[in-house]
Amino acid sequence: MPVAKRKAQEAAMTYVIIGNGVASIGAIEGIRRQDQKAKIVVIGAEDSAAYGRPLISYLLAGKLSVDRLALRSEDYYVRNKAELRLGTTVTGIDTAKKAVTTDKGETIAYDRLLIATGGIPFIPPIPGVQGADIYSFTTLAHAQTLIELSSKIKRAVVIGGGLIGLKAAESLHDRGVGVTIVELAPRILSAGFDEKAGALAANRLKKVGIEVNCGVTAKEIQRNKNGRVKGVLLTDGRFLDCDVVVVAIGVVPHSAIAKEAGITVERGIMVDDKLMTSAKDVYAAGDVAQAMDQLSGERRVVPIWPNAYNQGFASGRNMAGAKQPYQGGLPMNSISFYGLPTISVGLVNPPENDPDFEVHAVLDQEKEIYRKLVFRDEKLVGYVLVGDIDKAGMYTAFIKFEMKLAGEAKDKLINAGPEVFLWPEKLFDETWNPAPAKAAR
Amino acid sequence: MKRVYPDKEYCIGCHICELACLTAHSKSKDLILAYTVERTSDGLSPCKHVHERGPTCVALSCRHCDEPACVAACISGALQKDPESGRTTYDREKCVGCWSCLMACPFGAIARHPLENKIVKCDLCFDRPGGPACVAACPNLALKQEER
Amino acid sequence: MLFQPINRNYHEFSIDRDKDKCINCKVCVRQCAYEAHYWDESRQKVMHDNAKCVGCHRCEALCPTSALLIQKKKSDFRDNALWKPEFIKYIYKQADTGGVLLTGMGSPVGNIPVYWDKMLLDASQVTNPSIDPLREPMELKTFLGAKPDKLEFTKTKDGSPKLKTRLTPNIELNYPMMFSAMSFGSINFNLHIAMARAATELGICYNTGEGGLHKSLYQYGKNTIVQVASGRFGVHRDFLNAGAGIEIKVGQGAKPGIGGHLPGEKINEMVSVTRMVPLGSDAISPAPHHDIYSIEDLHQLIYALKEASEYRVPVSVKIAAVHNVAAIASGIVRAGADIVAIDGMRGGTGAAPGMIRDNVGIPIELALAQVDQRLRDEGIRSRASIVAAGGIRCSADVVKAIALGADAVYFATAALLAVGCTLCGKCYTGKCPWGIATNDAKLAKRQNPDVAAKKLVNLVHAWGHEIEEMLGGMGLNSIESLRGNRDKLRAVGLSDTEMDILGVKHAGR
Repeated sequence: MPVAKRKAQEAAMTYVIIGNGVASIGAIEGIRRQDQKAKIVVIGAEDSAAYGRPLISYLLAGKLSVDRLALRSEDYYVRNKAELRLGTTVTGIDTAKKAVTTDKGETIAYDRLLIATGGIPFIPPIPGVQGADIYSFTTLAHAQTLIELSSKIKRAVVIGGGLIGLKAAESLHDRGVGVTIVELAPRILSAGFDEKAGALAANRLKKVGIEVNCGVTAKEIQRNKNGRVKGVLLTDGRFLDCDVVVVAIGVVPHSAIAKEAGITVERGIMVDDKLMTSAKDVYAAGDVAQAMDQLSGERRVVPIWPNAYNQGFASGRNMAGAKQPYQGGLPMNSISFYGLPTISVGLVNPPENDPDFEVHAVLDQEKEIYRKLVFRDEKLVGYVLVGDIDKAGMYTAFIKFEMKLAGEAKDKLINAGPEVFLWPEKLFDETWNPAPAKAAR
Repeated sequence: MKRVYPDKEYCIGCHICELACLTAHSKSKDLILAYTVERTSDGLSPCKHVHERGPTCVALSCRHCDEPACVAACISGALQKDPESGRTTYDREKCVGCWSCLMACPFGAIARHPLENKIVKCDLCFDRPGGPACVAACPNLALKQEER
Repeated sequence: MLFQPINRNYHEFSIDRDKDKCINCKVCVRQCAYEAHYWDESRQKVMHDNAKCVGCHRCEALCPTSALLIQKKKSDFRDNALWKPEFIKYIYKQADTGGVLLTGMGSPVGNIPVYWDKMLLDASQVTNPSIDPLREPMELKTFLGAKPDKLEFTKTKDGSPKLKTRLTPNIELNYPMMFSAMSFGSINFNLHIAMARAATELGICYNTGEGGLHKSLYQYGKNTIVQVASGRFGVHRDFLNAGAGIEIKVGQGAKPGIGGHLPGEKINEMVSVTRMVPLGSDAISPAPHHDIYSIEDLHQLIYALKEASEYRVPVSVKIAAVHNVAAIASGIVRAGADIVAIDGMRGGTGAAPGMIRDNVGIPIELALAQVDQRLRDEGIRSRASIVAAGGIRCSADVVKAIALGADAVYFATAALLAVGCTLCGKCYTGKCPWGIATNDAKLAKRQNPDVAAKKLVNLVHAWGHEIEEMLGGMGLNSIESLRGNRDKLRAVGLSDTEMDILGVKHAGR
């Protein structure tokens, strides 16, 4: 109570958030948990309020209209007393003066600054990649461009067989565009999923008529004399006719302004356990940040949605003085391919022949059901589910809470699946039926 | 906030909470119709599930966490934390069925709708005058709604 | 039916399932401890086997659509006043098994009068005013134990009087009622803790029964009577000092003259530790106490227990109501007992041979009246309190018992009914579907002590209110004024002999 009172008497703080993605939403909600008064300024380079970025594939596929993309209701920013400045790009950060400058010529002072600028598509140095007819697929604008194009083009090549590439391929296919996927790795979904899960997903895609080429990549994007794309020459010598190329190799942290401001950046912006960067009162969260990863215990850039929200939330609370360390992120992806659901959490591709790991995988090719469990030190550290995903969360629990699974419990998890009675008694009680507060009894 | 707490010491595994939940979330509000008709025609299913092992059983559903993993994972904004009531709310219209919440929730409290690309999750019967139906139906006081 | 004993279809109950209402939700399947309901995989619906139904009504109570009705099977044997159906069925059963017929709960036989129903209470009109218990004080407080014949005082230096008579320890009860002995093991821990909590909240006592007292319940000691029976289960110094009173159980109304047998399956870890018997071994209470073959022996045991408890608590002796009960009670009082508990033939049990239960002993009403009279006649009534047990069903029974001379009553069957028992009488199977007479973990959890304790408290509160109303109606403001006040009772339809034994006049006199 006295803390709250003291806070109320202090002059209201100004929080400036650069970026208007999910990390930014997390930050607003984190700040408001702690501080109802403060002024929040959100600066977004895009023209729309925060939207569900992964929903752009639903938009491109025609499953959703653009008005359903918003992540929060219309009055969200007003209710949260957040001033939203859209279509505005931050051009510089002055950590000494505690202010940012924008492309609109403004200077906005901050007490706490959050850099949540996300990632930018990585464009590999393939000959012919610069110029017309090359698209990325990470923003609403990208999706809208592709929707407009889709009626005019016949064939597209998607470079990259990761989540973004596959969803772009699927959505374009739904729009009636012939799609070929090109993936350098020997299988699709090489990052988050394993070979078998990748194969099941690839089969689904092939079944509907999407071509999947693994182990090859684009050697050159060839153009006609007007400079328009006419096809992609592959490393194996084949040539794929196409009208457009979607480059979906991945995203890299959008950390340029942080670097310019003298903030420590490795792969992403380095942050401590409170999500604060090397500059005082400057925080970073989401795809731009290199934050703690639960399983490796190291700081890594893991550009996934839940991490972005969680880091945003944790940074918000900490900016507002909560002193609550960020728990560390857990890689996780849930994605469906033409009705085939797949989920992957944690460490799913352990180094081969490493005796520290134990892998249990069951595949039912016919039913398209696959489950892979990865253990390390008697703990579950990763899993993949394809087809039957109903118990996913219960598996996640064992990874997230780092529950030790001694002999019998482990066998049960492997043979009968996860269940809450495998939890340690204490965790179970604290989670589900904590002792009532004294006053309540 | 007042949450529903299950007591595994006294849960008798009768599954009546599931039936109450089903009825409370049915169109007809009639158990017989809910169970025999709406369950098959609409894929009506309970938000609460009784877990059993040997003599131990317990009825689990969404805990309405303070910092819900499902809200963090939700790509569509269908799952949100209501700052006023403290509930973790679900907007069926917004949901796209990406199953991220199902993956992220370590409490296994989110289920897939049997027929549609939607989820099924406890809403604490927020619009039911008598409070959560499961609590009211439990014959052994193994479900309590209280402030803890 | 095929491949079954020939008399299998002579079962007692039939399950009536309303097809319009049954939704095949399987609640009944999960609740039935006898597998009378089952899920038929091939038919994809819930089916039932009437022969397995014990008539416990658990399924009917929990069926969420009220689709079930448990009925007595309509099929009946040809009427025969001598060969009543139960005798026919007993013979079939014994011809199959060659064994003693086991039963649970109190005797259901109908041809032995329930004297409570043959006695009516008085009320005040005109000449002595009745009292409204809601407006005026009404005392139900009861003290159990020896009372001095007279009180002597000395004067202190400043001239004020000081009690010279040394008072013996008494048990203080807020209501003239106690929960009678049901051992831990015969009923489970959940009910023990519920009784302990309820007794504490009510300011009365519950009796541990002969199975000892679990350490965690010592905190309720002020409201506990600890029992010592022939098996001496769980008896040790701490146990004897844990309660507000000690009771020596000599006999039980439902099975006078025979011992007890708790099967090994009921001896789980907790019961084993509490009873001090090996895990899973049968706990057998001998028929007699092998150190009590005479009143003198009883005297020795009473005083041994008083010594062990340093004379801090009264000692009770509980006997079954049998033919010479008055003389036996007199001997018990003379042997030093502070309380005599008499258990009538309708008292409950977890397991008793049916022949014993239904044919041995006498009704509590007659026994109580005779014991009270005998102790008065011998001038030793104040040396002990009388507790009546065995078939107390309602507050009017309590009032009548007190008017017949009881200081307080014990009841157990009513307490079990309060927590759900339906008197199906299958306690001895250990599969009580109401979670009472069972230590099966899955069944025992059906008794949530929070719920059970509340129901027990409610029951005693309700009876207390009714007793106050009846007392007030008779113009009495204290239960003490009713004690042995047989003038407040009148008999209807009883013979002269019965009225003589009960010490009551016929209605109209």
